[in-house]
Amino acid sequence: MNAILIILTGSLVAISCSLLGSYLILRKMAMVSDAISHAVLPGIVIAFMMAGGRDSLALLLGAGILGILTTFLIEFFHQKGKLQTDASIGVTFTWLFALGVILVSYYAGNAHIDQDCVLYGEIAYVPLDVIILDSGQSLGPKALIVMSVVLVLILLFIKVSYKELFITTFDPSFANAVGISATFWHYALMSLVSLTTVASFESVGAILVVALLITPPATAYLITERLKKMLIISSAFGVSSAVFGYLLAYTIDGSIAGAMATVAGIQFAIVFVIMKKVNKARTRSAVLSLESEPTS
Amino acid sequence: MTDRLWEFVTFAYPNIKYVVLGSILLSISSAVVGCFTFLKKKALLGDVISHAVLPGICLSFIVSGSKNPFLLIIGASITGWISIVAMDYIVRSSKIKEDTATGLSLSVFFGIGILLLTYIQHSGNAAQTGLDTFLFGNAAALIGEDLIAFSLIAVIILVVVYFFYKEFKLISFDTQFANTLGLPVRTLELILTSITVLAVVTGIQAVGVVLMAAMLITPAAAARFWTNRLSIMLTLAAIFGAFSGITGAYISYASPSMPTGPWIVMVLSIIALISFFFAPGKGILIRVFKQYQNQRKFLGENLLKVFYTLGESNQNFLSYRSQEELMAKRAFKESTLAKGLTRLSREGFVTHHRAQWALTKEGYEKGKRIVRLHRMWELYLTEYLKIAPDHVHEDAESIEHVITPELELRLERLLDHPSVDPHKAPIPQKQQPIINNEQ
Repeated sequence: MNAILIILTGSLVAISCSLLGSYLILRKMAMVSDAISHAVLPGIVIAFMMAGGRDSLALLLGAGILGILTTFLIEFFHQKGKLQTDASIGVTFTWLFALGVILVSYYAGNAHIDQDCVLYGEIAYVPLDVIILDSGQSLGPKALIVMSVVLVLILLFIKVSYKELFITTFDPSFANAVGISATFWHYALMSLVSLTTVASFESVGAILVVALLITPPATAYLITERLKKMLIISSAFGVSSAVFGYLLAYTIDGSIAGAMATVAGIQFAIVFVIMKKVNKARTRSAVLSLESEPTS
Repeated sequence: MTDRLWEFVTFAYPNIKYVVLGSILLSISSAVVGCFTFLKKKALLGDVISHAVLPGICLSFIVSGSKNPFLLIIGASITGWISIVAMDYIVRSSKIKEDTATGLSLSVFFGIGILLLTYIQHSGNAAQTGLDTFLFGNAAALIGEDLIAFSLIAVIILVVVYFFYKEFKLISFDTQFANTLGLPVRTLELILTSITVLAVVTGIQAVGVVLMAAMLITPAAAARFWTNRLSIMLTLAAIFGAFSGITGAYISYASPSMPTGPWIVMVLSIIALISFFFAPGKGILIRVFKQYQNQRKFLGENLLKVFYTLGESNQNFLSYRSQEELMAKRAFKESTLAKGLTRLSREGFVTHHRAQWALTKEGYEKGKRIVRLHRMWELYLTEYLKIAPDHVHEDAESIEHVITPELELRLERLLDHPSVDPHKAPIPQKQQPIINNEQ
């Protein structure tokens, strides 16, 4: 039963991440998600202190605000200060992460948070943390419920604003020309990324979020360039990383989050090699058919 | 507090000396290497390497069964190195973009590392405790042996940079030029990657996986705002690094609950933020100010130009005109127009009578000059660059504000004192009487 709950939660995280990640890598913003996943730390600590405990809503809010702030700062230094994007990302997130660690040390006495729980959460504890109603009835694991809500939000978001996201992703200047604000959709997408990152923290940790945001969509991108297909294929790879990751972790008794990232990486490597072969064969047959064509 | 400061600066305990010297050496060597990765626009390389060393550390522990620092460093370097090579390979031989490959390499290697680390921890091997200090770093726990390792590696890095200074400079700024000169670019890049790996692997033990990226990027980014010269940039980055190293070590000494690494990064980031905003020439404030000044200048000149062209159409350059008339000629926002006119009248280029505005003699001359430059430039574009006459206006709109008197003379000579532009509009001459029919 526990195994199913863990795999289910992992799959929910994986699908949420794969969907958002597809947009991120097409927008060449993969590293922004890495930055957000680290930079939300001070937001979590401050929210923790102000709410006086692990109030999920406060944590989400604190981290969400920091996520948006990170995106804004990266853009600001890049646009106004003419700092190259990679450096802008690097300076911003390390600064905020350092602030977070300092805050954690400052409150060390009375806080039950530490940086390793942020860096690599433990999905194995998911079944233990259940929401129990006042009537004593159990609603099921908290992480499972939170992630279901997040996934529904993401699906709704993509369903409702598919066209806007599509246009701003592939041709931002055209989008602006027809009156769709690229900036607005940029921040809308980044808000969802922050939300997903924070919601997944407690169960899988920051690094796995990044691994799932980037790796399955990158794998799908190797196979197809059509957005709809890419969303579906990357979700499938996400789910299979969750399933096989759990099995791997169970076999060698290691971290489930780490194993899921590992499996995602192995999937990428396999697809990479296969697609290289396929592309080579395709080029060769194209060349052959060119040569065999009658030259009249 | 002063006691603590005194103890600190006099190295009252050997431990202080280790931590301070270790932090300084580490900060300087990573700042210097970081300048090159920054200039190669691969600032996040450090982040990838620092995450990718974890599986190497775990593997070398699994293989050797000991925590011998040298074996761990070798293992760490190997996987750190592989992560970069894999990343480059993915970018080169597929359609995956650099940012995706960076994130992919970073998170997958780290995931493998976490898997191995937990596997070791669960296997019940008592010798494994402390392996995870690599994750978060602990500068305060530096001891004599670490200092020796740090100094050795810092010296190696600085010596390599010293000997390959010219080559690194070339491959950082212009790889293709380096190639045509016959330099072994791939080998040089490998050397640069290797010393980056070395800097990261040693640095991690002090500041941890995440913050190691800052030790490389932040001093370089800050230094870049103050200078365009590589040698000065390297020196500045090293100074910023050393200063943060000392300050970070002091803060965690004065208040022991405070971690050294994050404070080093915090001080570095503050220096960087100050540079971003206040550096002369490239800082954000000076940029915004210059932009504002330019907008003001352009607005004034455009207004004078409108006065002049309106004067051309009714052969009366000094007559009074309403704001509506000006706005009909060119789309100004009403508030901007009012502000611009007020400023021009303060500068003596226009005068006003009730709500009507007219050029002064100075205003007439300046407006004439802008129109002259605009039409000469249009002529130049059609005559010399063979651009169609209906495509030259936009370009002239922006260039008219920046042409210097010297350039004006050259244009005039080149076009042989022209009198009409490609649209058959007259090009105003320098010595041209003011036509004012109403008078």
